[in-house]
Amino acid sequence: VCFIPGGLDCSISFVSHILGKVCVHGRQREILSVLVPRLTELTKSDCIWQRICWRLVECVPDRWMEAVVLGFVQRAPGAGVLSRLLGNLVVKNKKAQFVVTQKVLLLQYGHTTAVLQNLLGYLSLDSLRRALLIKVLKELLETWASSSAVKHSPPEQQQYIGKAILICLSHLKEPEIESCRQELLTSMMEGVKCHLDSNLPQIRHLGMIVAESISSKINTDGPVLKFQYEEDDEARELKSLLVQTPPFCVVPSLPDDDRNGKADAALPLVLESNKKSHTAAPVMPDEESDAELDSDDDLIPYDMSEDKELNTKAPVYIRDCIEVLTGSEDVDKWEATVKALESLVRKNPAATREVSVELAKILLHLEEKTCIEGFVELRQRAQVAVLTTDPVPVVKYLTSQFYSLNYSLRQRMDILDVLVLAAQELSSPKSHGRMKHSGAQKPCIQLLPGSDSSKDWRRIVDERIKSKTRRFASGQSQVEPAPSPNEFNSVAGHFFFPLIQHFDRPLTTFDLLGEDHFVLGRLVHTLAILLHLAVNTVAVTAMGKALLEFVWALRFHTDSYVRQGLLSCISSVLLSVSAERLLEDMTEELLETQSWLGDVVEKDPDGECRRLALQNLLLMENLKKKLKTIPS
Amino acid sequence: MALPPPDPQFVLRGTSAAVHALHFSCASQEPDVPILYSGSENGLIHAWNLQTHRVDAALDGHGRKSVCCVETMGGKDRLLSQGRDQRICLWDLAEGRTAVADSVFTENVGFCRCSLLQVAQGRWLMAMAAKALEEVQVLELPSKTSVCTLKPEVGAKLGMPMCLKLWQLSCGSQPLLLAGYEDGSVVLWNLSMGKALSQLVCHQEPVMSLDFDSEKAKGISGSSEKVLSIWSLNEQQNLQVYKTHRLVNAGISGITIRPDKKILATAGWDHRIRIFGWKKMKPLAVLDYHTATVHCVSFSDHSNPRDRLLAAGSKDHRISLWSIYTQT
Repeated sequence: VCFIPGGLDCSISFVSHILGKVCVHGRQREILSVLVPRLTELTKSDCIWQRICWRLVECVPDRWMEAVVLGFVQRAPGAGVLSRLLGNLVVKNKKAQFVVTQKVLLLQYGHTTAVLQNLLGYLSLDSLRRALLIKVLKELLETWASSSAVKHSPPEQQQYIGKAILICLSHLKEPEIESCRQELLTSMMEGVKCHLDSNLPQIRHLGMIVAESISSKINTDGPVLKFQYEEDDEARELKSLLVQTPPFCVVPSLPDDDRNGKADAALPLVLESNKKSHTAAPVMPDEESDAELDSDDDLIPYDMSEDKELNTKAPVYIRDCIEVLTGSEDVDKWEATVKALESLVRKNPAATREVSVELAKILLHLEEKTCIEGFVELRQRAQVAVLTTDPVPVVKYLTSQFYSLNYSLRQRMDILDVLVLAAQELSSPKSHGRMKHSGAQKPCIQLLPGSDSSKDWRRIVDERIKSKTRRFASGQSQVEPAPSPNEFNSVAGHFFFPLIQHFDRPLTTFDLLGEDHFVLGRLVHTLAILLHLAVNTVAVTAMGKALLEFVWALRFHTDSYVRQGLLSCISSVLLSVSAERLLEDMTEELLETQSWLGDVVEKDPDGECRRLALQNLLLMENLKKKLKTIPS
Repeated sequence: MALPPPDPQFVLRGTSAAVHALHFSCASQEPDVPILYSGSENGLIHAWNLQTHRVDAALDGHGRKSVCCVETMGGKDRLLSQGRDQRICLWDLAEGRTAVADSVFTENVGFCRCSLLQVAQGRWLMAMAAKALEEVQVLELPSKTSVCTLKPEVGAKLGMPMCLKLWQLSCGSQPLLLAGYEDGSVVLWNLSMGKALSQLVCHQEPVMSLDFDSEKAKGISGSSEKVLSIWSLNEQQNLQVYKTHRLVNAGISGITIRPDKKILATAGWDHRIRIFGWKKMKPLAVLDYHTATVHCVSFSDHSNPRDRLLAAGSKDHRISLWSIYTQT
């Protein structure tokens, strides 16, 4: 299609119609890939062409407007170009306005960042359109701040809205921010609250970054909000959206994102190298400060950086450790005890069994007195060691404490972690230790073959047979791990049932079904892991049944992390309990669960939940097939 | 970039007991072999041949009681050893003999190492802790006559003498004794008059070891705490603290200044040997080889400076030989 230049007054509504029809039939890409570059060229400096272009789009009938506008927004290489091509279409045409301000931003979320940049940049470029920009920002913020949206919309959509908010913020000018400062503040406060309440770390990061950005925009002087979070690629990308290059530059905005992203990536590298040179620097001045003239100068010191303090204060007995941890004021000794505790516990199982519950109590309440590296890990390993040495009483203590008053959430989750790690250790065969011993015994003293002829003939015959036989498979060349009794068998029930018992009984400081849904999520995941580790134990059937009932009670929980946990519980049940047991003891539960799973696959807003439910349904199918093939 | 500390040149193994005393005898010329004498906790004195790195002779003269001090008296044929069997033995090792020529009964059950000083050809002074708690006795060898007994004044409460050093400013001048005591003080004694010239409290804990540089009139003492104390002797024969040096780990069992007065070595309870420049106490190296307390350090008396060695004996039954700062 070529256009006739010159001052001819032609009607191009026919062209608009064609364009619209083609776009709506899905051929946006083909036609616009030719049209848009051409138009970009032509409208660069020529006003007439600009007007022709505007007329073109304006004349597209409403029913095809969406397709055309969307196509243009996606195809245009920049906000400036889009502005030239579309003009004030959004202001004049209701349908276009709806598509641009509502549909693309709030109802869809599959578009790329470039599209968002184009769109929002386009809105910001003209004074008429800026009013729309502010309106858009307010609506986006409303969505971002609504707790039901945070809970029920998929994380990808929330990410999309976050990006849109950041880009809007980057386009706003001072007076505009002034005018809507109050609203920005209120929505930021509300939004931060519901984002931080979420169990998914992605949502929390998103909330933190957007809140920080809003706060930095509205408080240009004075303290800004600052959160602590991990600076991963996503975070950097989001932050780079805040920095906008001026809209009238010819360079399209896509490389800008890259450049900003690279600048951000280059900055951390520069900072790191600075840090490294700083740590190297203190070593040098120590040696250079002694550069006075004396005959000692020709005695060059050696590197003495390895010269550190010796710690020889760790106690050797478990009871001494208990004393130090509970009462001692000596910080060095306390530190040394914490570091040495795990190995002491493992080396002295008999002594540990005498004081196991006391030790567990101390460790649960142990707080960091001084700054030790890896304190949390050291404490956890010590707790696991105590638990595996004397499972039954300690597990009784820990599970009872999980539901007691006046523990922090951190401590309750610590209990769960420790239970899982200990269960893992108890249930895995102790192959490493055993193998070493058996390896050491193998090189036994070989008696030199005596000149006894009776032994000789046997040897010769053996060799002859060996050389004559053909071997087809060399067999297992790896030593099999020595089988050992499953220590988890006797205690699996003790781990599992107390945890499941009181979940619906709220205490004043701990309400699993209410506010503390984060702990509920962790509890559910822990139960799934415990069941999985209990495979091949005697109690696994009873555990599976109890777990299925538990899942049934909680299946409509609003938190997606909890639902993911429930679905992994079902997977554990299906994998750990043997097929016959499942069929005999749990048929009704399984059928009910199956129907619930089907529901989840279709209707659950969270992608991860849907995937897990599908997996479970597949497992059930496999189970059915396996049962059918077994001759009854 | 500073170099990492050097490794030992050689490690002598075979004492099968903690090493408490070391002494080199390497000044003699060819064909005499350089020897290192070591005294161990099992009562044996080993003569190590430093060319073959093997034991040439093992001397058993202290009845299986720990040997705490080994010294040579003018050449490697005359050896003096002090053991915890309350005896100081004089050995005659010429022509391969291994006999105890003479012995002195000290009646002292402490740990104080005796100190030897040659005052004239064939005449030696030896200071040792005496029978009474706070006394130091000085004997002349080989006649074994008592020169004087140094008693601190009543009420001084110095405790046991822990370490001794006999010295004289130059050959022929008055010999003096520096003694470190249990209460942390160092006392300078005049032997001819038998009285203390000066006393200085250097440490809060017992003085474990000391050494003195008579040319610069400066000495250093180490104790069971984390501080090394450097003190000096002024013209009035008064001891004053010159400076202190703080260590990373507490406990020093031995200090030795090299004969050329350029560096000194300390043996630490933290298994490490530390080398300092003597002029300004500049830390030069930390030699970390041993796996237990280092009991003693000793510098060799090689005539060729490049052959000089440092030996360290430790509770882990090993003697490490180091060649360090031999270029100066």
